[in-house]
Amino acid sequence: MGAERVIVVGAGMVAQRFVQSLREQDEAGRFEIEVYGEEQYAPYDRVALTSFFSKAGPEELLLGAPELWDDPLVTLHRDTRVQRIDRKAQTVSLDNDVERTYDHLVLATGSSAWAPPVPGVDLPGVFMYRTLDDVAELRDWVRARQAIVGRPVRGAVIGGGLLGLEAAGALQSMGATATVVEFANRLMALQVDDSGGEALKSLIQRLGVQVKCGVATSEVAPDADGNAGTLKFSNGGEQLVDVVVFATGIRPRDDLAREADLPVGERGGILVDSACRTEDPSISAVGECAASESDQGMSIGLIAPGNTMADVTAHRLLGGDEVYLGADTATKLKLLGVDVASFGDAFATTPGALEVVYSDPFSGSYKKLVMTDDASVLLGGMFVGDASSYATLRPMVGAALPGDPSSWILPEGQAERPDLELPDAANVCSCNNVTAGSIRSAVNDDGIHDLGELKSHTKAGTACGSCLPLVKKILNTELEKSGIEVSEALCEHFAMSRTQLFSAIQVAGLTTFTEIIERFGSGHGCDICKPTVGSILASIYNGHVLSDDRAALQDTNDRYMANMQKDGTYSVVPRIPGGEITPDKLLVIAEVAKEFDLYTKITGGQRIDLFGARLEQLPDIWQRLVDAGMESGHAYGKSLRTVKSCVGSSWCRYGVQDSTSMAIALEERYRGLRSPHKLKVGVSGCARECAEARGKDVGVIATEKGWNVYVGGNGGFTPKHAQLLVEDVDDETVFQVIDRYLMLYIRTADRLQRTAPWQEEYEGGLEAIKDVILNDSLGICADLDEHMTHHIDTYEDEWKAVLNDPKRLAQFTSFVNAPEEPDPSLAYVTERGQRRPATTAERTALVHASSTSTSETESPS
Amino acid sequence: MTATVPGTRHGLVPVCSLDDLVTDLGVAALVGDTQVAIFRLDDGSVHAVQNLCPFSGANVMSRGITGDRGDEPTIASPIYKQVFSLLTGKCLVTMDKEPVAGGPDLAVYQVSIDNGQVMINLAGGE
Repeated sequence: MGAERVIVVGAGMVAQRFVQSLREQDEAGRFEIEVYGEEQYAPYDRVALTSFFSKAGPEELLLGAPELWDDPLVTLHRDTRVQRIDRKAQTVSLDNDVERTYDHLVLATGSSAWAPPVPGVDLPGVFMYRTLDDVAELRDWVRARQAIVGRPVRGAVIGGGLLGLEAAGALQSMGATATVVEFANRLMALQVDDSGGEALKSLIQRLGVQVKCGVATSEVAPDADGNAGTLKFSNGGEQLVDVVVFATGIRPRDDLAREADLPVGERGGILVDSACRTEDPSISAVGECAASESDQGMSIGLIAPGNTMADVTAHRLLGGDEVYLGADTATKLKLLGVDVASFGDAFATTPGALEVVYSDPFSGSYKKLVMTDDASVLLGGMFVGDASSYATLRPMVGAALPGDPSSWILPEGQAERPDLELPDAANVCSCNNVTAGSIRSAVNDDGIHDLGELKSHTKAGTACGSCLPLVKKILNTELEKSGIEVSEALCEHFAMSRTQLFSAIQVAGLTTFTEIIERFGSGHGCDICKPTVGSILASIYNGHVLSDDRAALQDTNDRYMANMQKDGTYSVVPRIPGGEITPDKLLVIAEVAKEFDLYTKITGGQRIDLFGARLEQLPDIWQRLVDAGMESGHAYGKSLRTVKSCVGSSWCRYGVQDSTSMAIALEERYRGLRSPHKLKVGVSGCARECAEARGKDVGVIATEKGWNVYVGGNGGFTPKHAQLLVEDVDDETVFQVIDRYLMLYIRTADRLQRTAPWQEEYEGGLEAIKDVILNDSLGICADLDEHMTHHIDTYEDEWKAVLNDPKRLAQFTSFVNAPEEPDPSLAYVTERGQRRPATTAERTALVHASSTSTSETESPS
Repeated sequence: MTATVPGTRHGLVPVCSLDDLVTDLGVAALVGDTQVAIFRLDDGSVHAVQNLCPFSGANVMSRGITGDRGDEPTIASPIYKQVFSLLTGKCLVTMDKEPVAGGPDLAVYQVSIDNGQVMINLAGGE
């Protein structure tokens, strides 16, 4: 065991960080560590408290590797409170009357929720929002009230700061209504200014949360049963409530220190120096319970400074000389799916500071940069609604910002953004104190070329993750410098990725390949970029794949609207929505197959594939199919293929919803939709999942109450089960979420990237995609909806359109000088009553046979 | 247009009118027993190569996508996506495949335009 004993009071996030930091650095095992926490849990991620509602249990919130608590030099005592410190004896007394001596004491007692002393604050139905137990009790109460009142539970949150908005989101996620009551004249008063507060308010109200600012709560009055029933405001107003959450601030927990005669700050918090030591050199204090001289004796309620204090303390114990330089109060939060971020001198308190503001009431975003009086040096910034520039700009505080500052806050694509070269000293990850220099050194000196390895090596981006885009950018820049290819270029003609090209074409409104390559590329294009542009044009405008100069862009399948097979003939697949087909249509397909002698096979997507059609036969075949009321099945396109379904509740004994009708509706909605890769959808009428919907890009599975929608499933080379997007929704919602999911995929996926890898690589993963689709976190849902509506409204059957257009029909000929002449090289043999292409050996035999004039082959005509 | 053009191994054979060729959309022509793929590019030039794809054995080159690699105009096979020079017929990208019909390169045929007629000379094929 270690020679010296360190006792840590408190088992929160900062305590965990301290233990981890000390164990990592104390290689000789000099210290044994005892941690005392009053909660029944090991240290958990309090910042992510709200995610408790979407997680299976408290264990999913636990912090760090569990091995830390199995370390023989570390003992965690849960449910144990330290009562008293005896500085002279260097002991602490526990609530079980045990005394423990220490060589060094670390106070990490954190803070407690504070509620104003209004009458009724102790009624049943009034909650704080600080610990896992608070959150669990709140959940149990809401569930219990729900069962009693028989209508949505009425919730109110007092306090419109970070925790208040988190709590409002939690209430909503439990099906309760939520009203946020804030005493100040705006939300998030510490992070945003009045205009930012207004933007935030309107974004949050769009999500269905009511907001009252500039209102003081004077009483929580009881209902007839003595539970919280009415909120009374100082302006005379009232509001009926079933549950109230107080999120009105925190107070440092410094009682132990006060009782031990350690000095505390004016507004609370144990006073410490820049080494995080109290007046007593064997006692340190870290995190929210501490008030550092580096922070002017103020307690800071953020996790990043707490982590730094923990690291400094561990380092000092081992004889190091690190200092805590004060908090970087930069924050980036996602509240109810709305981004809020501020950094540096966000309120422009520097004399002469200039504010550059961009505000878009339509999307609800508000962005501000604070610059020095000559607009050259960045002092700070504030973002509401869209904080995409935060990670790049935050480390630039105090440095010259090249170019026009407004380019950083205008919507992307509206202004050219200069490339930024971060100084080595710039702090990229403020949670873990990682500088640009140390990331560069890890890439160049330690040879780390992979983002995942870089994260575990430097710890950058492992806490809140907001700096990850920047870390990735530094990695790529360094790799490029050392000549390692990280090009996202589509091909030698376009330096952009498909995603970039998509938005460039959309923004510029270009409609032909010639214009596009002149504007954004070089040369004449190739078999990579041409089909990509063809697909993008089809996705954006939904014009005919063979219109204008587009025919020459298409791969042969799209160019002739059929699937090319190994001998150069094609297969034909008419659409059979949901796999439902009348006997009459089956007869037509059978007649066509017989007449043109087409090999016939049922596909995996519940339709019929007719093989062996020659180029010049395609129009005749399709004329017959179109006349019988059939249309293109787009089996040849990077587009929606089929919607597979089971028979569902209309016939099945077990079906709970009409899966066939849903499948037909979906297939008719998305038919002809061009995308980065093929799309498959499945609909099952009950949980038995006979349609194998979770193996599809989009799977819809019936429940007793409606439908569950799953996304990102894949068969093929790397099979993946689709993941849950929404539960128990009605038909309209099914359409809406799939509309948005598919459009977002179409806009942002890479060339030939299926939904499963796209979903994994999308920044923030499926959670971020959900946020975009369900909470409109990017403010683009209206646009996505409109785009899909345009697709649905402008859909036409491609084959019918070609049959009516002599110019396009002229392309369907075998030879320019012999339009009806079959390709003389085709040769077939019969197998199981149908024909198939002859193998090379069979072909040689056939040539020999035909020269002696007997042949079993079928003539290709 | 006649059903087939009488085969001849020597000299220029008319196959179609220049107006029959749409920029960047290849066509196949039957010259005797030989299938030829003909392309008109956006600089106005016309190129002819064998229609047989060496990597699949199918007569499909006319249905490929035109483009360029550097300054060299190219055609990509629609079956396994090999890329060939339209000037020399040389296979520039094999896609890690072996040819199944002859060598990896395409035969290139001499093309001339006479009075708006596209003429092909099979004798130049190599």
